Amino acid sequence: MSAPLVELSAVRKTYGAGTEVEVEVLHGIDLALAPGEFTALVGPSGSGKSTLLNLIGLLEPPTAGSYRIAGRETATLAEGDVTALRATHLGFVFQFHHLLPAFTATENVLMPGLIAHGPVTPERRERARDLLRDVGLGDRLDYLPRKLSGGQQQRVAIARALSLAPPLVLADEPTGNLDTHSADDIFRLMRRFNERSGTAFLIVTHDPRLAQRCDRIVELIDGQIAGDAPNLAHRPE
Amino acid sequence: MPFEWVVALRFLREGRLQSALIIGGAAAGVAVVLFITALVQGLQANTIKRVLGTQAHIVIRPAEELARPQREPGAGETMLPRIEARAQRLRSIDQWQALEPMLDAMPGVTAVSPMVSGPAFALRGDASKSIAIFGVEPARYDRIVAIGEKLVGGAFRLGPDDAVIGKELAKDLGIGVGDRFRILTAESAQPVAATFVVSGIVDMGVRDLNRRSVYVAFRTAQTMLALPGGASQIDLKVADLFGAETLARRLEAQTGLTVESWMRTNEQLLAAISAQDISTRTIRAFVILIVAVGIASVLVVWVVQKRREIGILRAMGASRGRVQRVFLLQGAIVAASGSLIGSALASAMLFAFLRLAQNADGTPLFDLIAMPPWLYGAAVAGAIAGGIAAAALPARAAARLDPAQAIRM
Repeated sequence: MSAPLVELSAVRKTYGAGTEVEVEVLHGIDLALAPGEFTALVGPSGSGKSTLLNLIGLLEPPTAGSYRIAGRETATLAEGDVTALRATHLGFVFQFHHLLPAFTATENVLMPGLIAHGPVTPERRERARDLLRDVGLGDRLDYLPRKLSGGQQQRVAIARALSLAPPLVLADEPTGNLDTHSADDIFRLMRRFNERSGTAFLIVTHDPRLAQRCDRIVELIDGQIAGDAPNLAHRPE
Repeated sequence: MPFEWVVALRFLREGRLQSALIIGGAAAGVAVVLFITALVQGLQANTIKRVLGTQAHIVIRPAEELARPQREPGAGETMLPRIEARAQRLRSIDQWQALEPMLDAMPGVTAVSPMVSGPAFALRGDASKSIAIFGVEPARYDRIVAIGEKLVGGAFRLGPDDAVIGKELAKDLGIGVGDRFRILTAESAQPVAATFVVSGIVDMGVRDLNRRSVYVAFRTAQTMLALPGGASQIDLKVADLFGAETLARRLEAQTGLTVESWMRTNEQLLAAISAQDISTRTIRAFVILIVAVGIASVLVVWVVQKRREIGILRAMGASRGRVQRVFLLQGAIVAASGSLIGSALASAMLFAFLRLAQNADGTPLFDLIAMPPWLYGAAVAGAIAGGIAAAALPARAAARLDPAQAIRM
């Protein structure tokens, strides 16, 4: 097995530290994700899945423990380096698609590149459009998010997450508010990018049907990893 | 376009109503500030021009004659002298011929004109009017007080028996250009009378001056006032209007003569002008403050409304600094566009004001009110700085948003 892409050891997360409402959400997580892995993160509500995802996504720091991404310990990184790592190593797909409502589909996909590399070039614009065509939105390139259906918005979000070809995409219930048919579509799309370009995915899902189609299933219960096993039942699609 | 511009402009476009409101507010504020500034500056310039239209900036006169006690008190002696102030007779400035070239060469002095002036009577038929005669060299004096511009008839030409008189005096005596009248002076033991021809009639803009002023040739006045070769005062014009008093003090120290600047003789006017300055400055400061608070409060609301988007941008790798700059830029853009509109508005207001404030004959009532170009530059630059300052707080709030929390909303 190759060097892990991200590696958490003994990671704890406490909210409201030092106050009366202090609550520890994650109680010592050990988890490593390898490049190209397609992993499901499951568990009941309130088990800390979203918190874990935010930690891995560098949106918030762990209270204790070590988190290494691409071999770098994140605790000692400066704010600016964390921001840069987020831009280059991570893509996000959120449950409520979280597109920028003021920007068209193409502009949303261009945004990570605009942040990381500066003003948009015609090549980057064309690549963004290709990506959108790839997710089946060739006829919606210049639509604003509110003119798109939920499934279509989530496709844009996936194209956006992939626009800088990050090694890891974090998806927080990406199919959570979609009908079964659209959910299947989105799932297949992510799987396709995973197989085609070796992008690793960590997908939080409530849907056991979808979890069963991942390579590995990590189960989180009450802030602890209750199960972590390769999914042998999975057949390549 | 860089990230900050793309996002700032799009946010502004997305919140069109809010953008329009704060740009409108900024425009109104800038317009008021510009209009008030130009108007007050112009009105003050007009007032000063009118006051100085009939006055020299600096007047040099002989030192006052003082009465001295006939003897100093001796040792151990106490004296209770009663000293009567001397009557000030008409005298010439000592060595004025030597002073004149020195003043001519002095930096900051733009015109020098010696004058002999004194009291006299104008006589025609049975009428006699108390007047003041001013003996001047027309070419020099015209640069102190533009008599040429004030002529309502004839020319500013002073031959040995020419006189240019105020228009009220002309009316009082019932004479016009080319008519004769007599001037009588009593400066010497024997009264001196001579006949003059009216070569010009002036309107000084002040009734009292129009009733009493008679300009004659310098040498003629010397003769009439019994000051042969003398000059009773020297009028100066200076480049720096408000430096006149300083220069006057310096001249007084150098020459020992009595030197008065227009600022000293018009103290009340200057006090009024500075009071006006303070009030316009106060109004301006409050308008700027209100506009800035308006911009800041709209941006604060904006930041709250855009929390989720800010979180998404942060998740995509935008640093706190860049998020902050997006909002600072919004403040700057709003203020810049507001100030451009405001400048146009102020010009229109000023144009309308000048159209309304006209004399009956259609000439402008105030001819010095204009928007100096630098004022526009200052307004735009000041507004941008103010917009950025107003956006500082909201921008900081935006930068401090916790992305994880912002996204969860």
